[in-house]
Amino acid sequence: MENKISVSNLNFYYGKSQALFDISLEIPNNRVMAFIGPSGCGKSTFLRTLNRMNDTIPGTRADGKVLIDGQDIYAAGSDVVALRRKVGMVFQKSNPFPKSIFENVAYGIRINGLHKNKADMDRRVEKALRDAALWNEVKDRLSTSAFGLSGGQQQRLCIARALAVQPEVVLMDEPASALDPIATQKIEELVVELKKDYTIVIVTHNMQQAARVSDQTAFFMLGKLIEINPTQTMFTNPNEKLTEDYITGRFG
Amino acid sequence: MEHRIIDQRLELLRDKLLLLGGATENALHRAMESLTERNTELAKKVVEDDNLINQMELEIDQLSIEILALQQPAAHDLRFVISVAKITPILERIADHAGNIAEAAIILNDEPELKPLPDLSRMAIMAGEMLKNSLDAFTSEDSATSREIIKQDKSIDESYRRVFGELLRIMIENPLVTTSAAHLLFVAKHLERIGDYVKDICELNVYLREAAFIKHSFEEQ
Repeated sequence: MENKISVSNLNFYYGKSQALFDISLEIPNNRVMAFIGPSGCGKSTFLRTLNRMNDTIPGTRADGKVLIDGQDIYAAGSDVVALRRKVGMVFQKSNPFPKSIFENVAYGIRINGLHKNKADMDRRVEKALRDAALWNEVKDRLSTSAFGLSGGQQQRLCIARALAVQPEVVLMDEPASALDPIATQKIEELVVELKKDYTIVIVTHNMQQAARVSDQTAFFMLGKLIEINPTQTMFTNPNEKLTEDYITGRFG
Repeated sequence: MEHRIIDQRLELLRDKLLLLGGATENALHRAMESLTERNTELAKKVVEDDNLINQMELEIDQLSIEILALQQPAAHDLRFVISVAKITPILERIADHAGNIAEAAIILNDEPELKPLPDLSRMAIMAGEMLKNSLDAFTSEDSATSREIIKQDKSIDESYRRVFGELLRIMIENPLVTTSAAHLLFVAKHLERIGDYVKDICELNVYLREAAFIKHSFEEQ
């Protein structure tokens, strides 16, 4: 299995406070990797190092290597805009633009100049909405406001928006934590579907969600990677006692 | 370690399994006693009491499902619930064999007594001890002992073959005792099967402790 992302000896600092300690792991292509761990364990910080989203926070610093397709994304002269196009992100709270459903998806395509003409734009928007399993629900009201959609639909719209610019990796930071069980199930089915074309990294507090959707699970605690294993192993026979204690609710 | 809601349910599950294990051991012990002591009343009681064991099996089934559905156990907790859920019907089947032995005793006690069969007595003692030890090993999650008990099943099988030959000889030599000999043959077969079931219990303890599958001679890891 080819690795899409390869992280070695990554340390990360918020000012003087170190948030990640010597993280090394590989994320294979076309697989779902879940990050679990208690609040403040560094899993979201680590997720955001994978497309340099932490760069937007003043005083932060990373050392170590993050290779995506063999390219060091922290190397001097690395193109952060191109990186974020390649490594898209979906957040916990859906954040559609105050625009129509169509425009939400078209926006990224337009600013990146990916489309040839209007027909091509329509095709790309439709494909992104189909990939996000939203097309059938919105195809007759593309010009209406995105705010008219339900919470679950808004989240899938944000996924469609991320997919529209043809990323190769999609980072998801608790994408279903604010959704009801039915909307959550849709997102989970979508994650499993998307791995055919994308590499997915998902942070979740919901252990059953990690168990359901991911191929591999990494457990973080206090900024350290405690264990990474196939998800089946992680939930039936973890190697580390700390992992066992966490997934069986002995501490939280 | 913090107290978890699931702990209380798991402890209850463990207690119920141990009660079932005790009742099964007791059924086997009394079934053999009813045979060796020619005590038909005791044999009838063993047959009657099988209902209680069936009831215990049902309660464990329900509790296992409840824990899986409501507590969503993982890792060791999950392996524990799965092991208990799989050991329970094994114990119930062992108790059925004990019931069958008691039924044979009811018939045999009305027939003339055959000469003692030391190998049959040995099988009964071994089956009882293996069952008890397998449950003790499960309670203490001692998988090394479980692996040892699995090896002992061979001795029961060997005794069974000897009993089989001996009873066949008796039937040929004296056709008048064929009914008794045939029933004793069934008793021996029941004991032999109990040995196999104890092996299954031991394999589940290895799974609980080591997360390794060793049944059908298939050892992962």
